[in-house]
Amino acid sequence: MTCEEAEVLIHALIDGELDAGHAREVEAHVEGCAHCAALMKEYQEIRQAIAESDVRYKAPLELRRKIEKALPQPQAAPTRRSVLRGFAMGSAVSAIAATGLVAIVLRNDDEQRIENEVVSAHLRSLQAGHLIDVVSTDQHTVKPWFNGKLDVSPPVIDLTAQGFTLIGGRLDYVNAREIGAVVYKRRQHVINLFVAQTASTERKTAQTSTLQGFNIRRWSDRGLNYWAVSDLGADELSEFGDKFESAMRANKEG
Amino acid sequence: MVVNASQDDPEKARRFRDAALPYLDDAYTLARYLLRDAADAEDAVQECYLRAYKHFDSYRGPAMKPWLFAILRNVCRAEYARRKTAPTAVEELPEGGDQTPMWNEAPETPEKQMLRRFDGDTVRKLVAALAEPFRETFVLREIQNLSYREIADVAAVPVGTVMSRLARARAMLRSAWLAEQEQVK
Repeated sequence: MTCEEAEVLIHALIDGELDAGHAREVEAHVEGCAHCAALMKEYQEIRQAIAESDVRYKAPLELRRKIEKALPQPQAAPTRRSVLRGFAMGSAVSAIAATGLVAIVLRNDDEQRIENEVVSAHLRSLQAGHLIDVVSTDQHTVKPWFNGKLDVSPPVIDLTAQGFTLIGGRLDYVNAREIGAVVYKRRQHVINLFVAQTASTERKTAQTSTLQGFNIRRWSDRGLNYWAVSDLGADELSEFGDKFESAMRANKEG
Repeated sequence: MVVNASQDDPEKARRFRDAALPYLDDAYTLARYLLRDAADAEDAVQECYLRAYKHFDSYRGPAMKPWLFAILRNVCRAEYARRKTAPTAVEELPEGGDQTPMWNEAPETPEKQMLRRFDGDTVRKLVAALAEPFRETFVLREIQNLSYREIADVAAVPVGTVMSRLARARAMLRSAWLAEQEQVK
């Protein structure tokens, strides 16, 4: 093999695109050729440097919003419609009896879907440079930053003294709506606390679930739904939720 | 951007959302490198998603990401064409390197010391300065992690062309990298 051939094929070798036979040929050439060996090493270093640097871009929220707006809205899923249509054909009594059941099933479906989206949003946030729109450990900086960006700005509580460091806030997109995410850290673990407005003011106690290896703790209080997502263990995430809720209660009373 | 009534199927929209929206940042990244302009990239990605949604019924594969990229690439090419006819078009020519067959280049002697690491902005700048079609091939491979086969499908060229473009792209980037290194010394 000549250097000219090798100079093209070393790329395919680096990329793992060569079959075993050709890979051996290129490797044999590189072993016997200092020039090609040094070149290959440089290409690998550049490749490594690129893989480790932040060369990606994050789509602006406005773009996400425009695309979401152009799509038919999700609230009327056909599965739900066909289910209800089915009941409409039955007797009124059984329809009423069944609606309660359907409501439960549907809510669970919705909750499952939203939990999926919350985990996706958490994953997106972990990509380099995507975690925080406003960087601050000061709740009096993060809180006003949300004002005017959302219909409801999420409560921002500093839990540093309780072992969860506030590191900033971010706008995100869940359930076809913009919502606020307050970001905390414990050791190297990121906690995203997503906060969305809900019509119901009913207080719902916390439930913990696991999805794609992440723990999710969700609860509702005073017209807001909360989802805390992290790779922290369920016990530590519960601790976070408890600390947050008691700090909220203390705020209300104080 | 308006979706007409026949497209107004919430179940389809839900499937499309789940399948395509996770790649929004990938698509935007590709468009930024192809068009080298934030506003144009945004428009192109929006158009890409609109087209993708329209054709989503007939989508049977390949993987979602290359499928979206193939659509996005066509949108971006239309944008190139528009720029070329616009009086303010400033799409720069490849830096002379396009005509030089790579085999005839006197290869620079590889450096003895380690290559310098640059921050993200500098690396983005170096990649963005690559001439087309090498930039496209390079970004699809190194930033989007597509296989040669997938790149060939997106760019509608044979796999052999992908291989030679990638070799050329990396050689160009290496020269630019070394030049940048020299400059900041």
